[in-house]
Amino acid sequence: MAAERGLAAEACVGQVVLPGDLLLLPASYGEDTEGERLRLSTGAAPAGRLLCGPGLRRSGAGLLVTKCGLLRHRPAGGGAFWVDSQQKRYVPVKGDHVIGIVTAKAGDVFKLDVGGSEPASLSYLAFEGATKRNRPNVQVGDLIYGQFLVANKDMEPEMVCIDSSGKSSGMGIIGQDGFLFKVSLGLIRKLLAPKSEIIQELSQLYPFELVLGMNGRIWVKAKTVQQTLIIVNILEACEYMTAEQRRQALPKFSGN
Amino acid sequence: MMEHGPGPGAGPVRAAGPVQGGQCRLRPLSCEQGLLSRPDGSVVFLQGDTSVLAGLYGPAEAKLSKELPDRAALEVLLRPKVGLPGVLERSREQQLRQTCEAVLLGALHPRTAVTLVLQVLSDAGSLLSCCLNAACMGLLDAGLPLRSLFCGVTCALGPDGAITLDPTARQEQEARAVLTFAIDSCDRKVLMATTRGSCSVKEIHQCMVVAQNASDTIFRFYRDSLRRRYSKC
Repeated sequence: MAAERGLAAEACVGQVVLPGDLLLLPASYGEDTEGERLRLSTGAAPAGRLLCGPGLRRSGAGLLVTKCGLLRHRPAGGGAFWVDSQQKRYVPVKGDHVIGIVTAKAGDVFKLDVGGSEPASLSYLAFEGATKRNRPNVQVGDLIYGQFLVANKDMEPEMVCIDSSGKSSGMGIIGQDGFLFKVSLGLIRKLLAPKSEIIQELSQLYPFELVLGMNGRIWVKAKTVQQTLIIVNILEACEYMTAEQRRQALPKFSGN
Repeated sequence: MMEHGPGPGAGPVRAAGPVQGGQCRLRPLSCEQGLLSRPDGSVVFLQGDTSVLAGLYGPAEAKLSKELPDRAALEVLLRPKVGLPGVLERSREQQLRQTCEAVLLGALHPRTAVTLVLQVLSDAGSLLSCCLNAACMGLLDAGLPLRSLFCGVTCALGPDGAITLDPTARQEQEARAVLTFAIDSCDRKVLMATTRGSCSVKEIHQCMVVAQNASDTIFRFYRDSLRRRYSKC
């Protein structure tokens, strides 16, 4: 619609935006880049750099929306705008923690299926305490929880199971048993939010182990198979249930 | 792909839509998103009695022979309701593919494949525009990066020159010419135009103006259905 060209970005926060909408930024974001003025007084805070997140592209004086979803804004640290969209297909992003399935061993490198367009590669030395003599025991079909070291559109994604200091911090081969299933990316982000209600309510039911991958994969393990399947069904249904319906459904399962 | 603004001096448009009152009217639109579990994006789009189911897969791994080094390779498959796909389906697939490629930001996903599968559920006229609308909503549902939106509008020219918008199958048969336009949401540019029958250049311009005005209704419908979808989050 013609009216959607050139709306102020701040006015659209929390609303649905569609591809093709042009969001105008307030003039203060462009000020510092225009003239190279020296700031003599340290009183005024520097404007900082605006972060243009997923779903947005810079276009002239504004931001062009490329995905449909809700526009979000974070004013801290220079400001960031992004579009919160619902998607099923994962696109690898550097730094994301994901669950991969080992599909092949090619020499010194494992090939993992992460749900993207290409299999990711994982070197056998990228595990904590791994050396050429002490190789990790990884078989085809194993589940690995790791993070992306390299992930861009031009190169094959690479994963590692150690962080920058060489510690595994929870990453590595996921143990035996348990159940792996796939949900949409929006639900994963909801579950990963700090103090997620769903996780808190589920932990009241019975103890279980949970691994959440940003690629939409969840691994659950509880004491018995039945408890595991109940948690799986609740998590899958959380996509469509509102908070009220969930609170009504959960007490029925606490008996098992 | 033609790029055309409204023609200069477009004359008064006489339109006889399916609704009384002499107004150009589209048939009632409705859509349902995310109904299939396997594809990354799926939508069923209804225009009156014509309905098309679209399923989108991507960006996924491409076969070495089909991958492009700098952008995503888009493939469109159109399946008719009965019978095997023939030459008409192939030509419609090419038109849909060119329209989608103009809008999709394929450069963000090089060496991948995006597959769009359209299944005709019922054909009661204006099939190509229904396919275009279903394709656009499917691309939105799958979360692929787009430069803008597009919609499809069909016009039928009667023997006396009257323009009917969104014709039924019967109106298409009786018409002298049937024109379908794919219209962009940014500046109402025409992305694709196809004609069956004979008409003058002036009539084409008139139909283009009518189609561009009708596209507002369709874009408003897209926005409303997406608002409804995201209101549940």
